[in-house]
Amino acid sequence: MEKILPAKDRLLKSKTSRLDGESRGKLIVILCAVIMISATIAITIFLGTKGLQSFTKNGVSILEFLTSTKWNPTDKANPGYGVLPFIFGSFAVTFLSALVAAPLGIGGAIFMTEIAPSWGRKVLQPVVELLVGIPSVVYGFIGLSVLVPFIRENVGGLGFSLLTGTIVLAIMILPTITTIATDAISSLPSHLREGSYALGATRWQTIRKVLIPAAMPSLLTAIILGMARAFGEALAVQMVIGNVRNLPTSILDASATLTTIITLNMGHTTYGSVENNTLWSMGLILLIMSFAFILLIRYLSSRRKLR
Amino acid sequence: MNSKTADRLATGVFILIATIIVAILAGLFFYIFINGFKNISLEFLTSPSSNVRAGGGIRDQLFNSVYILFITMLITVPLGIGGGIYMAEYARPGKVTDLIRTCIEVLSSLPSIVIGMFGLLVFVNTTGWGYTIFGGALALTIFNLPTMVRTTEDAIRAVPRDLKEASLALGITHWHTIKTVILPSAFPSILTGAILAAGRVFGEAAALLFTAGLSTPRLDYTNWNPFSEQSPLNIFRPAETLAVHIWSVNTQGLIPDVEEVSSGAAAVLVISVLIFNLAARWIGSMIHKRVTASK
Amino acid sequence: MVTALKERKTVDMTVPLNRQIQSENILTVKNLEIFYGEKRAVNGISMDIEKNSVTALIGPSGCGKSTFLRSINRMNDLIPGARAEGEILYEELNILSEDINVVALRKEIGMVFQKPNPFPKSIYGNIAPALKFAGINKKSKLDDIVEESLRKAALWDEVKDRLHKSALSLSGGQQQRLCIARTIAMKPTVILLDEPSSALDPISNAKVEDLIVDLKKDYSIIIVTHNMQQASRISDKTAFFLSGDLIEYDKTEKIFTNPSVQKTEEYISGRFG
Repeated sequence: MEKILPAKDRLLKSKTSRLDGESRGKLIVILCAVIMISATIAITIFLGTKGLQSFTKNGVSILEFLTSTKWNPTDKANPGYGVLPFIFGSFAVTFLSALVAAPLGIGGAIFMTEIAPSWGRKVLQPVVELLVGIPSVVYGFIGLSVLVPFIRENVGGLGFSLLTGTIVLAIMILPTITTIATDAISSLPSHLREGSYALGATRWQTIRKVLIPAAMPSLLTAIILGMARAFGEALAVQMVIGNVRNLPTSILDASATLTTIITLNMGHTTYGSVENNTLWSMGLILLIMSFAFILLIRYLSSRRKLR
Repeated sequence: MNSKTADRLATGVFILIATIIVAILAGLFFYIFINGFKNISLEFLTSPSSNVRAGGGIRDQLFNSVYILFITMLITVPLGIGGGIYMAEYARPGKVTDLIRTCIEVLSSLPSIVIGMFGLLVFVNTTGWGYTIFGGALALTIFNLPTMVRTTEDAIRAVPRDLKEASLALGITHWHTIKTVILPSAFPSILTGAILAAGRVFGEAAALLFTAGLSTPRLDYTNWNPFSEQSPLNIFRPAETLAVHIWSVNTQGLIPDVEEVSSGAAAVLVISVLIFNLAARWIGSMIHKRVTASK
Repeated sequence: MVTALKERKTVDMTVPLNRQIQSENILTVKNLEIFYGEKRAVNGISMDIEKNSVTALIGPSGCGKSTFLRSINRMNDLIPGARAEGEILYEELNILSEDINVVALRKEIGMVFQKPNPFPKSIYGNIAPALKFAGINKKSKLDDIVEESLRKAALWDEVKDRLHKSALSLSGGQQQRLCIARTIAMKPTVILLDEPSSALDPISNAKVEDLIVDLKKDYSIIIVTHNMQQASRISDKTAFFLSGDLIEYDKTEKIFTNPSVQKTEEYISGRFG
């Protein structure tokens, strides 16, 4: 500590001071960041090339793959590789479950922020957090042992159906929508409410005419995030949807989604076979959809910033 | 309809919605616990499962779940904290940071089945390991990493700036400041976040189906040699976890007591997740108390 | 008082002339400009800071005085987009240079902040770790420095029996003196104080002020303050800043009794700011 050295030697950067723990620490955390980037790139590249193999190597037509409803990869004489029924199934359960969960989730959010802000949040918030915590196989299992028989006996059909899948998914994405919607509505500036009440509007008018429009981009984000979760959910849906290869004609028909077919067949098919490769192509669709959801959310948030 | 009536009606609808949400949770818990507790016994928890006969337990699955979780956290926590430190302390606004943010967003929004497929491709087939605990843990790491990074970043950003400045102004390097001042202050939030993430990992199944597999070799719990085939500690053996077990007995199992085994297993799973949640909350509130009491 | 003055004079006479000139100014600021992104916060100021004296920087909020202070030990490096041009010479070295090891610099130019910011550790633990990091590992040496710096900060008698109690249990004034002790322990040559007593009650404030005056025999002190009385009580020279410009810089007495610039007078008499 004695300052006998001239300032140059004390204060200028030297080789030793560059190689101290500082640079080592920085290197470690940069490495962690690099691992995240490489994981993302690796996933995209590996699943991308593997997913394209059925088209490039096995000569399956992309058009047939996406538009044909004939899924019969094991038929030696006349194989069919159309996954349209599964794409349809995925979109159907996604939209239907969002249709059920969005009003409930946004309603719950409004209840917490507007109707009973003092105690509603204290009750509903933990409820929502616990719903998130329940593992998806447990949702699937309860769907299978409670919902399937219930629908079979009271509504009709086999019980394994689009409807059952929709209900299970709706419950699973409800917490996502509720949480984000609550944040969105409670972060609205209070002068919006006060202004509306000052004009003599009732609470419902304030909610409908002022709060919901103001929070709309965030509410849409909440719904999209819920849909992204529904689209990618595999096991819970697989346990209740019936997994048939036909295009469903009614909501009570058994059906299948991209994820359920992958879940069901990945383990049973020979790695590298045409059938197996088409499963990877379905996985690629999931990956692309997951990118699409991100882009959609980014678009919405950029619109939110413009306001 | 006049506006007063509409308002009352709307209020009624919102209360109804809130009631429905609470009822859903109550119904789920009621079902899980009523059916689950009937089937949970010490024997259920400590005997091995059976592929064909009734009366199997979940000993190995429970162990596998805990062990995979442990290995996963062992990889995720350091990586996630490192990534979080980078994002909060070193990342400068710019293209690279945007790229990393995008990567985190992509990783966190990937369906777990897709992560499982990636795991199958890389950790099972390319490496030639087959179904292993380690492969499963790596897949779960991908699944868990974004949460851990975000948690750490938020926790570090919440540390008062004065503390960091105080340390830097004493001629302490940035990295040493992070180690001795920032991380200790952020530790409670990071811990809470890690425990919550652990709960999520514990219940995850889709990412494990094709990575850790659907079977468990016969385990010898007296064998502690991690390189032995029969050792439960071997990380290069297949391992069916509790969550995967629930799925497999329901969809491809042959046992006659599917309902009993799955309700018992589901209850154990949900209770474990609940414990994780409560622990996180408890630690959170403890820390909060300590912080406010010292003022 | 008279003897003290006499003593000082005799000391001055014994010091060789070249040493005297060298020891006159600890810092020389030349044409310093500081930017936050596009915005210029300090507009080309030049001034000399005397060794072993208290220099006060005054001026209304946003006048650039804190920005200037924080550039002297490169704390502004933490703010993304902040950059400085010009020179601050310290022992003939431009400390704004890229080649400066800021970690070593901050040991010699310490800083005390507006809000007391002790680490959430024990009193001892607020001082010792930085010393250990600087390479002092012997327990007895550490104990000595901790005691010495607490004594210099006039805190030793109040805390000597509870060195291992949490620093957060101290009062605000004690916390601030602990922060000063922590800085002194690093044996700096310059201490920068950024409104060190604005968050304190009057009694604590008085103690901190006494301490500052006492410290100038060993250190060169630069203090930013909003409190005009404080500046006039403790400083030897005062610099008045306005909108990023150095308006006037002179002996404190001169600034407060007979400022040369009208703006200074208006500010000091409370007409704005």
